[in-house]
Amino acid sequence: MNEGRPPPPLEDLDSRLRAAKARGKPRGGAKGGGQPGSANQGLGFALRIGVDLVAALAVGVGLGLLIDEALGTRPWFMVVFFFLGAVAGMLNVYRTVSGIGHGVGYKPAERAPREDEAEKTAGTEKAPPEGDDESGGRK
Amino acid sequence: MAEAHSPLEQFRIRSLVDIELGGIDASFTNSSLMMVIAVVLTGTFLMVGMRHRALVPGRWQSMAELSYEFVANLIRETVGTEGRPYFPIIFTLFMFIFFGNMIGMLPYSFTFTSHIIVTFGMAIVVFVAVTVLGFVKHGLHFFSFFVPPGAPIGLWPLLIPIEIISYLSRPISLSVRLFANMLAGHTLLKVFAGFVVALGVGGVLPLAFIVALTGLEMLIAFLQAYVFAILTCLYINDALHLH
Repeated sequence: MNEGRPPPPLEDLDSRLRAAKARGKPRGGAKGGGQPGSANQGLGFALRIGVDLVAALAVGVGLGLLIDEALGTRPWFMVVFFFLGAVAGMLNVYRTVSGIGHGVGYKPAERAPREDEAEKTAGTEKAPPEGDDESGGRK
Repeated sequence: MAEAHSPLEQFRIRSLVDIELGGIDASFTNSSLMMVIAVVLTGTFLMVGMRHRALVPGRWQSMAELSYEFVANLIRETVGTEGRPYFPIIFTLFMFIFFGNMIGMLPYSFTFTSHIIVTFGMAIVVFVAVTVLGFVKHGLHFFSFFVPPGAPIGLWPLLIPIEIISYLSRPISLSVRLFANMLAGHTLLKVFAGFVVALGVGGVLPLAFIVALTGLEMLIAFLQAYVFAILTCLYINDALHLH
């Protein structure tokens, strides 16, 4: 198997360990959606989008039909939720493509440093939304 | 297999051992058999591979370590170190789906991931678990998830239903993606395999195509397991860090 190859010297084990620990630090993660690092990620990313669009539409129509069933207002909620579902589907795709979170929420995945994020959730109940100006520009 | 010429015949569920529990058909089917095989293969692959626990890994141990590290890196990149506790579920899902997809690539076998109930079962488990996780971590504050920060209150009646639909569409898109890819890929393979026989000598062309397509299917088999795992990670990330 590892014929005659000497094991890597233990001297640089320290530096490698430090590098591994640095990698383990909580940092601005969530890059899976925004920047496809490798070909695998890029393709996996592409495969995700199409279904997202349709799934939200299907859920919207299904939800509308359920509400209609309960209230006896046959076509109306279905029509409304059809459009809501379509919007949600486009929103899903838009978020996936632009790398803002991966579904619900407006958290900018790349820009928001994870440390702040952790403090926000741990400490204050409701911090002022930082992404305010950005989400304003997105509308 | 005499009557089986339809490209969809491969997806038929056959009962191997009939079991009926309280009026529910809980038979052990070919699908169940393949799942058991996938679990056994995964277990064998990992446990026998790691048997020696060598400092310098052999080929098999390398593969086992590689798969471990792949998922571990995936979690570290998407969730960060807070995602460590969820490694077992993500790794299990990834290996189960990956082996299920790969077993399906063998001739005469059965792809259990090509049935929506299987993929939906896994997706709904992930969905419910992530929702519960969100509630456990954030309590009722979890509902702020559905309100985009900075949105004017006048828009809430419009935005909240959209966000809820978007959230509810997760298990659907998660399950449909995997199921549809497996179903479409395997059907396509069978359809082209039918052309090989029908075209006689000219069947070399579809045959070459099938060879290429099989390679692509292998890639898809891996990618779909990867996508399922990474989306699970992202959902966990969302539940852990609300905006």
